[in-house]
Amino acid sequence: MRIRVPVENGDTLKALQGFLQKLLSENVVDILLAPMRTPAGTITPALVTDPAMLVYADPLAPVLPVNAATLVGQVSARKPRPRVGAVLRSCEARALVELVKLQQASLDDIVLIAVDCAGTYGVPEYLKRTSANGRPKEDLWKELFASALQNPAVPPESLRQACKICEQPVFDQAQVVIELLDYNLDRQVTVTLADALGEKLGYDPAEAGQRTEVVDKLVQARTVRRDAEFAAIRARMEGQENLTGVFAACIRCHNCMTVCPICYCKTCVFKSQIFDHEPMQYVAWTRQKGAYRMPSDTMLFHLTRLNHMALSCVGCGMCTEACPAELPVGAVFRAIGQRVQGVFNYLPGRDLDEKPPLITFKADEWTEVGE
Amino acid sequence: MSETNFEPRIIAFLCNWCTYTGADLAGTSRLQYPPNVRIIRLMCSGAVDPIYVLKADLAGADGILIGGCHPGDCHYQEGNYKERRRVVALKEILKGAGFDEERIWIRWISASEGQRFAESIREITAAMKEKGPNSTKSEWAV
Repeated sequence: MRIRVPVENGDTLKALQGFLQKLLSENVVDILLAPMRTPAGTITPALVTDPAMLVYADPLAPVLPVNAATLVGQVSARKPRPRVGAVLRSCEARALVELVKLQQASLDDIVLIAVDCAGTYGVPEYLKRTSANGRPKEDLWKELFASALQNPAVPPESLRQACKICEQPVFDQAQVVIELLDYNLDRQVTVTLADALGEKLGYDPAEAGQRTEVVDKLVQARTVRRDAEFAAIRARMEGQENLTGVFAACIRCHNCMTVCPICYCKTCVFKSQIFDHEPMQYVAWTRQKGAYRMPSDTMLFHLTRLNHMALSCVGCGMCTEACPAELPVGAVFRAIGQRVQGVFNYLPGRDLDEKPPLITFKADEWTEVGE
Repeated sequence: MSETNFEPRIIAFLCNWCTYTGADLAGTSRLQYPPNVRIIRLMCSGAVDPIYVLKADLAGADGILIGGCHPGDCHYQEGNYKERRRVVALKEILKGAGFDEERIWIRWISASEGQRFAESIREITAAMKEKGPNSTKSEWAV
């Protein structure tokens, strides 16, 4: 059912905090994972059991410091586990679906609370826009949502690149969908949820707003940008440069891997002894080519990582944020990911029952391969 | 290196049960095939991690062959089916990243197909000779 969360005095954030408080006080969940504002003014995901603490919750703040899918894994992968209400953006929810398939998280005791996303700023950019008391200088989120509604083709210049090309701003498979991509957020927020849950929380039913049209337009505009971005990147990679040129400044710090929600291996091959080469091995390799880049195996790292996560890449762009060399890691990986996903007709995050392509097979496919 | 005397170096990852035994048969049958191939035996084509192929490719191998049992004949039931998908993905990723995915070969060759093994090596060697040296051979900054 669709319910109406009333907004008083135009304070949308307070209304959302009240809604989240009810999930705890009405015992729908034991614990909430939500973006919270720290005393220093930064935003961080946090676990909350005390409804009073939700005055710090800020699911509207347009910043994504980490993809919280990994964190949901930490509180759901093993039993005993709590009933968690996870407040996630679309890219986080889609990454979570992939992690469940990869057995790194479970949705069995999770109530997914998806918030519509108009895009996010990188952490430094977000902090630039906050004042000394930690509050945003202006209603950043209002500006963003207004721009998504009125002018979807022209997102704010300083928005994260991953967000500017994100064609999946909503996640409608969640049990609770907070429909922010709609008009009149200063008067009400529409939430779609299961009938039983809606009645338990005691909100009035609501009519459908104009979200469908708003989202359609946004998706359309973002898809155009995405395709242009992918075309530019492909032109670079398939031309003279290839990935070696595009990633030439990489220092193999593994930041992209560390922040990637899909890269879950605790015993990553690149951190293993396999890459503790013998000193004389380096000499042998250097003699082969006359010179040898150090740290070694940069391209091997990226191509291997692509083989591990490209099929499940949800395009959250955390890798781009984490790159000290400011390489377009996320856009490159998405552009390549889209190709491979297309081959297997696989869309990460689309369907929990859709198996990741590399853990399954059909006997009667690609029968020409190997002949 | 001029085109005419270029001898490609081919790294072959062969499964113990079919293709490696097929290569053995080619030898015991005294079949002639080019000496350009360096064979690495694994227990199953499904044990060929894409990182092995990538390491060889980036280190300058001119061709890489993965050899396994015919579909349905895998000693471990489904290793070759899984490898088939991995190779499809790997080649698509290499292509997308601007690398020459045509240097990667996969072939089902059974233990009784010594002839097919020799022919495959002839074919791959000729095709890679035609292509010329892998550019990664001289790229030090990869």
